[in-house]
Amino acid sequence: MTDPRRDDEDLIRQRQRSRSIVLALLLGAFVILMFFIAIAKIKAGYS
Amino acid sequence: MMTATEPLTIPADWRDFLALTKPRVMVLVVFTGLCGMLAAPVAIDPVLGFTAVLCIALGAGAAGALNMWYEADLDAQMRRTAKRPLPAGRMDRQSALHFGVGLAVFSVLLMGLAINLAAAAILTASILFYVLIYTVWLKRRTPQNIVIGGAAGAFPPLIGWAAATGQVALLPFLLFALVFLWTPPHFWALALFVKTDYANAGVPMLPVVAGERATRHQIGLYTIPMAAVAVAPWPLGLTGPLYGAVSIAATAFFALLAARVATRMAADGDTMRPEKRLFGYSVAYLFIMFGALVVDRWLA
Repeated sequence: MTDPRRDDEDLIRQRQRSRSIVLALLLGAFVILMFFIAIAKIKAGYS
Repeated sequence: MMTATEPLTIPADWRDFLALTKPRVMVLVVFTGLCGMLAAPVAIDPVLGFTAVLCIALGAGAAGALNMWYEADLDAQMRRTAKRPLPAGRMDRQSALHFGVGLAVFSVLLMGLAINLAAAAILTASILFYVLIYTVWLKRRTPQNIVIGGAAGAFPPLIGWAAATGQVALLPFLLFALVFLWTPPHFWALALFVKTDYANAGVPMLPVVAGERATRHQIGLYTIPMAAVAVAPWPLGLTGPLYGAVSIAATAFFALLAARVATRMAADGDTMRPEKRLFGYSVAYLFIMFGALVVDRWLA
């Protein structure tokens, strides 16, 4: 028989890991977006 | 470190946060915002255009999340919404609130810093309108809730246009008016066939408060000014004949379906097919109208 508390802890770890991965991907995408926004602004004549 | 006596709080899955943003509603919001931008006379840099659409999507997602945060008790009482993350108990309310506020602030700041202040101001107004005027103030108080609340969903074309030009003009205002006047027939058609759900939750939707006949009458009434606003850009010289032809045909079909709904009464065991058809077509209608507008402007 499995320990329900142990199962919950596993689920928590799994959720935390997947949320961390999604957050890291979003932050990476944001950095790339900011880079291209900066390039677009410079091209358009803003400093 | 967790001890054996501490209660475990299971964090929400990232998919639940995504569900909070109402992705299906967001599709229409993004599409109308994008079309507002593409219909503008000024071409916008693709990266900045993408950023503006992203901000519109994030702003709409934030408004959706705050709506679900505030209406968790209501959602729990309706079959259609009972499986959402909050009423289903997959997320705590505080997480939803923090997520919604954070997303709203982020979308407005990004719009203001990367695009322009006019677009950021309209985006702010649309989020506040949806959350404060519609969700908090009107929805539970008046059967006219979705009439005024519909304005919140009408902002994206204005935001898209403002993102490209830095200002607003007559055409985006007509697009705003089109979505605004389209909302009552669209939602009341839905409310007619999910009436029991709304009644159980105590939401004063028109069919619950004023009855079926009055609702059908109102659907017919709102369709008239909506049709006029839908076609108006062509005779006003703001669009070409392509938009004129498509808008007349698509609006005539909308009016036909609305007239069918307006002039009938549901019998016992009615499948509500005309109401479902009107609701389904009303979604396609906006895609057709905005799509035709963009193609027309490109051909001009």
